[in-house]
Amino acid sequence: MEGNSSRPRGTTPWVIVERAKADLARQGPSALGFYTTGQLFLEEYYLLGLIAHGGIGTPHLDGNTRLCTATAAAALKESFGNDGQPGSYRDIDYADVIALFGHNMAETQSVLWMRILDRLEGSDPPAIICVDPRLTPVARVADVHLAPRPGTNLVLVNALLHEIITNGWYDADYVDAHTVGFDELEKTVKEYPPEHAAAICDIPVEDIRSAARILGNAERLLSTVLQGFYQSHQATASAVQVNNINIVRGMLGKPGAGVLQMNGQPTAQNTRESGADGDLAGFRNWSNVEQVADLARLWNVETNQIPHHSPPTHLMSIMRYAETGSISFLWIIGTNPAVSLPELARIRSILGKEELFLVVSDLFLSETAQFADVVLPAAAWGEKTGAFTNVDRTVHISEKAVSPPGQARSDLDTFIDFARRLNLRGKDGAPLVPWTEAEQVFEVWKECSAGRPCDYTGITYDKLRAGSGIQWPCTDEAPEGTERLYVDGQFLAQPQYCEDYGHDLLTGAPVEKVEYEALNPQGRAVIKAAHYHPPHEQPSDEFPFVLTTGRTIYHFHTRTKTGRAPQLQNAAPDVWVELSQSDANRLSVEEGDMLAVETARGAIQGRARISGIRNGVIFVPFHYGYWDTDGGKEPQNRGRAANELTITDWDPVSKQPLFKTAAARVVKLAAGDGASSPAPTTGASAPVGSREVPATLGGRAGTASEEVR
Amino acid sequence: MKAKIEMLLRVIRSAEDEVAKDLLAIGRRHQSDHEVYHLTRDLAEWSHEHVRMLDKVAAEAGISLDAGHDDDAVTALKGARDPLPEQDIEPPLLLLADLRRIHLDCVGLSVDWEVLAQAAQGEKDDRLLQLAQRCQPDALRQARWANSLIKVVSPQIMAT
Repeated sequence: MEGNSSRPRGTTPWVIVERAKADLARQGPSALGFYTTGQLFLEEYYLLGLIAHGGIGTPHLDGNTRLCTATAAAALKESFGNDGQPGSYRDIDYADVIALFGHNMAETQSVLWMRILDRLEGSDPPAIICVDPRLTPVARVADVHLAPRPGTNLVLVNALLHEIITNGWYDADYVDAHTVGFDELEKTVKEYPPEHAAAICDIPVEDIRSAARILGNAERLLSTVLQGFYQSHQATASAVQVNNINIVRGMLGKPGAGVLQMNGQPTAQNTRESGADGDLAGFRNWSNVEQVADLARLWNVETNQIPHHSPPTHLMSIMRYAETGSISFLWIIGTNPAVSLPELARIRSILGKEELFLVVSDLFLSETAQFADVVLPAAAWGEKTGAFTNVDRTVHISEKAVSPPGQARSDLDTFIDFARRLNLRGKDGAPLVPWTEAEQVFEVWKECSAGRPCDYTGITYDKLRAGSGIQWPCTDEAPEGTERLYVDGQFLAQPQYCEDYGHDLLTGAPVEKVEYEALNPQGRAVIKAAHYHPPHEQPSDEFPFVLTTGRTIYHFHTRTKTGRAPQLQNAAPDVWVELSQSDANRLSVEEGDMLAVETARGAIQGRARISGIRNGVIFVPFHYGYWDTDGGKEPQNRGRAANELTITDWDPVSKQPLFKTAAARVVKLAAGDGASSPAPTTGASAPVGSREVPATLGGRAGTASEEVR
Repeated sequence: MKAKIEMLLRVIRSAEDEVAKDLLAIGRRHQSDHEVYHLTRDLAEWSHEHVRMLDKVAAEAGISLDAGHDDDAVTALKGARDPLPEQDIEPPLLLLADLRRIHLDCVGLSVDWEVLAQAAQGEKDDRLLQLAQRCQPDALRQARWANSLIKVVSPQIMAT
């Protein structure tokens, strides 16, 4: 692991403890906020949740999963009453139709994508449906590629449901026996015939019909969803409609039939189940006082110590409270909001506030860490031990391979130390955090998970070491784990048990307990419908394009790690701007020309890549910040972070920020004179024009030879 | 159409119009509270839609509901409405006051729609009943949105 080249700016945790105490004395728990990640281990998140919710008693704890999987969790809760992936990766091996909604799996989950490629090369390949405004590798192999105008996903999925219902392609017996809410769906989608959707989405009507026919006649349908839906307009409403396709077709809980509401980070699932992401530990329902009391008993604290008077505070509100000054202590762990949040000029002004005491734990001196009052060097995943759970509920153990360098410590050790120095105690005076090892914390987490959907009680470290990969729930009754949830339509959405009573999909207002009890007394799957309304920011004469942001396979998030891996860095060394051939022709833009992209928030510069993206849309990758530029933490001469441009707006239910619908304009600054865009020639950024562009290759360092004897 | 029902339609139309205006005004003055800004605009559009539907039904009945025709009775029925709170309250408290005001107005509006639904059933007027059944839930959702936001933001506002 490469060390931090910049000097640490004070690492004494006492400073943190003194400030936390002072702010608690002055204002109380509401002065403290924590913003964590999707890349720690289960035990670390669980401790952080215990410290924040149980020890300090603040509702202000969220993860950067808010930017990646919040809508996945929200959609699962709306439809099934609980988070937890219904399907399993193995469904890829059995499905006869795989539908990927806003999910460029080839560049976001490349290992899983290989599994699909294997199926496509095999004897009985599945049909592929792709919804994406870009010509992704998924789109290239798809039987039907739908490239809707950004912000219109809900119209498209409503139209697909319209076709499925009006053609009788749904399982009426399953719907009758296991669901509530079908009538409302039927009534709503009646207003979305394919012709109407085709006009709004600007796609061929026949493609909608073809896709619906394939979905409607699938025998084993696997649907997957990712950021093209989660970070777009009406995110939760749209992701819920994908659930509805599988629900009304009875395509759940059987081999090949399932839903994967995907995650974008390695341990995002753990952030969610341990309550470090704006939920309570063990998928407990903050508005069900019995469940909160149960958690308080486990934690040895009074029930009113755990904030449950309103939902745990989501990230964008935490930032707003920091902006207005009511949060004065903010601890950011393993994430880089100075590059990853929308409208960066605003975010920098918040992080840079004199009154805000900012602590940052990270492996490297990220842009965000450069704003910090205290930086805590953290150990990376290979430098500590912990449990690690993926999208389809599979729990692994990740063992420490090497010791952390210098002063770096695991987040677990840091949290334990913080809790002790802050003298956090239970209601009987016993220390709140008496443990020293990850395995001890895993054992108390198991107790916390007992009886909940994410039940870990049948798992031990030894069992994980003996054969990695056990899918929760894993109990005495299911000692080998559980491959699929909701087999035979047995849902777990009973009012007393469920994690969430749901929301108004358009306003985000929570459904009250009594209403939910009336709606769904037996705990069936909930079919929820929603009408489309146009995105808040629409293209105009001044800003005629829709800007969408995203990633390339070569980088992860803000390049804090991948930018330091030379081969990855060389494959995608700088920001670029993608536009379609026809838009390029209209603007007299060629490959490699220097462009400015401007929105009402800010501007960036990057070289043009003419790609297979739909007309009227431009794409900018979100990876590039400033740590390896002269600006350090902010732009010096030219902006290059996509989030200089994005709008501050979020889904009303999942509170996930929108990164896929901003109005922008493109200005040609200078001809490229033969220069090429730094965009990779692989993946969705592959060039489509006639210009020769040097291919993205691994080079000598990327080759290996193997001799088989 | 009976005179009292016509009057009620005027009351509702005028109230929907004012709710829409207030929502937009609240959004403008809390632009930095992004959820307030965006949602008030979405919800104002619902009220605009209700006004359009009211006008359509009225036109088909050969009447105009334009506010210019409001008489004293309509004004009296609408009740005394507080103006939006003054701008010089500190912004977080102003937000609470604004949300409280819009919540109560929308609750009142949903009651007006309820009265219309009942009256329509009494008169066996299906068009009016459908209109009321279409719009009344929206007024309640608008009210509940404001109330849910009050629940979320009030502890933090009152803590400082």
